[in-house]
Amino acid sequence: MADEMKVYKCRGIVKGGGSGEAIVSADAMCFYLTDPQTGTVIERGHAIQGRSIANKILVLKSGKGSSVVQVDGFYQLWVKNNLPKAIILRDTEPVIVSSAVMVGCPMVDRMEGDPYEEIKDGDYVEVDADKGEIRVRTK
Amino acid sequence: MFLTDEEKRILDGAEGTGRQKAMEMLYALGLTFDAEKLIPVKRTHVALSGQEGDTYWCELLVNGGAVCSVPPTTNPYWDTDYLTKFYDVTPEEFDLARRTGEAYRKIGAILTYHCAPGVCTNVPFFGEHIAFSESSATPYVNGAIGARSNRESSISALAAGVIGKTPYYGLHIDDNRRGDLLIDVDADMKECYDWGILGYCVGRIAGSLNPVLRFKNKVNPGPEDFLYFGAEAATSGAVAMYHMVGITPEAPTIEAAFGGKKIPAATAVITGKTLADEEATLTANTGVINLVMLGCPHYTYSQMLEVERLFNGRHVSDHVAFWILGESGAVELAERSHLRQRLELLGVRMVGQTCIDEPCWKSFEGHLGLTDSPKCAYYRERRGQPFALRRLSGCVEAAIKGRLD
Repeated sequence: MADEMKVYKCRGIVKGGGSGEAIVSADAMCFYLTDPQTGTVIERGHAIQGRSIANKILVLKSGKGSSVVQVDGFYQLWVKNNLPKAIILRDTEPVIVSSAVMVGCPMVDRMEGDPYEEIKDGDYVEVDADKGEIRVRTK
Repeated sequence: MFLTDEEKRILDGAEGTGRQKAMEMLYALGLTFDAEKLIPVKRTHVALSGQEGDTYWCELLVNGGAVCSVPPTTNPYWDTDYLTKFYDVTPEEFDLARRTGEAYRKIGAILTYHCAPGVCTNVPFFGEHIAFSESSATPYVNGAIGARSNRESSISALAAGVIGKTPYYGLHIDDNRRGDLLIDVDADMKECYDWGILGYCVGRIAGSLNPVLRFKNKVNPGPEDFLYFGAEAATSGAVAMYHMVGITPEAPTIEAAFGGKKIPAATAVITGKTLADEEATLTANTGVINLVMLGCPHYTYSQMLEVERLFNGRHVSDHVAFWILGESGAVELAERSHLRQRLELLGVRMVGQTCIDEPCWKSFEGHLGLTDSPKCAYYRERRGQPFALRRLSGCVEAAIKGRLD
């Protein structure tokens, strides 16, 4: 219920929003190393290897990888409808931002409080990039 | 963020949806990184890849009427005329390659198909503001040349090419170009391979910070050395700017490298042993090989000559394909000078306009390949071919034997 939700300020980077189950990645991600059919992370040794980011709220440390594969990673997930509903970034870098802009994946950063403290796997999270707001209901 | 009236008009779509999309990209990046304004760029380079995501973006802009006002040079995909004589690809893969070339031609790109533009196909001068994507090109133009580019994605660099501008943030600003950490190097730097391994170590330590390297022995790196160093520092980390004290243009002294900030104690000391240990972690594979692949980043003419010298008239094993991926101009020069013909007699082939990470190489997958480039090994492994790593002389000896011991 809405009144049980904790509200945090953030900054909108790519407009729009979404809601759903949180998945928290302690590692930076290269989206090229996900399976577009399922949204499952396939990078060996990655913090969320084997788990799907599709249609979830992804809490992410940062982006990584070469200047073009990240773009294709986002694109392939986008055409299969397997992008996250929204991404909450901790460390912002240009390649992941431009990839999200291209496919219109809602993205926010500068969350009030540390996202790794405030959001846990499985929490229900609403992201509103236009209002600059994140709402969290603990699982 | 300040936009001029003309920039606002573009953002509102007055000059078509292609230019609008490009401006939206630059504006979003500018807002994200707190840029005060856009600044003109004189050169751009796009890490075109022949992957769907990148080609989609170019088509989106070009179909919306966009043409580049500062035409970018481009990375390679693969030489579809030449390599289809040797290897099969699916109709879909071939069609994507064709679409990519067509879209980039239409948007007005300069199709150099070369991944090291700073070395010879699009060389900026000191202090020039540019937008270069390609993870190995960015540290080269910033660190070795002293031009100014942020770490761009292929799509943000293409947007900069269309508009002719880039947001003023990051490495365009003096303060952000200074060193963040100091690394001492006490190792013998013999050839570009050693510089690549050094880059791999440095990238791991520096992440996305600006490292300052201080060498104990006198070193004289050349273009290939800087190129290998930056390519690997941007593979194991995200280094976009570096200094080498007494060598690179913004670091005549250690004080200059840190821009007047307090000089920190060295974060790490890299010795010959550090490099040997790093190499050992990267070169575990041995056994029969089916491919030697050189040219990530693209080989220069002098590197091709070195291959001939090391073969010394001997021949590649019948079971091994030996490919040099070179800058197109170097390949043409090799043909005109008959270096190409002489190498072919030894079983060494060369191709321009081609990247290691393309579908034309898939027939080698499942067996062991060999390269002198950690970056090549890293990206090929993701496509299902394990790679071993040796310096060039080791690659040549293994190619002759057909196996790596």
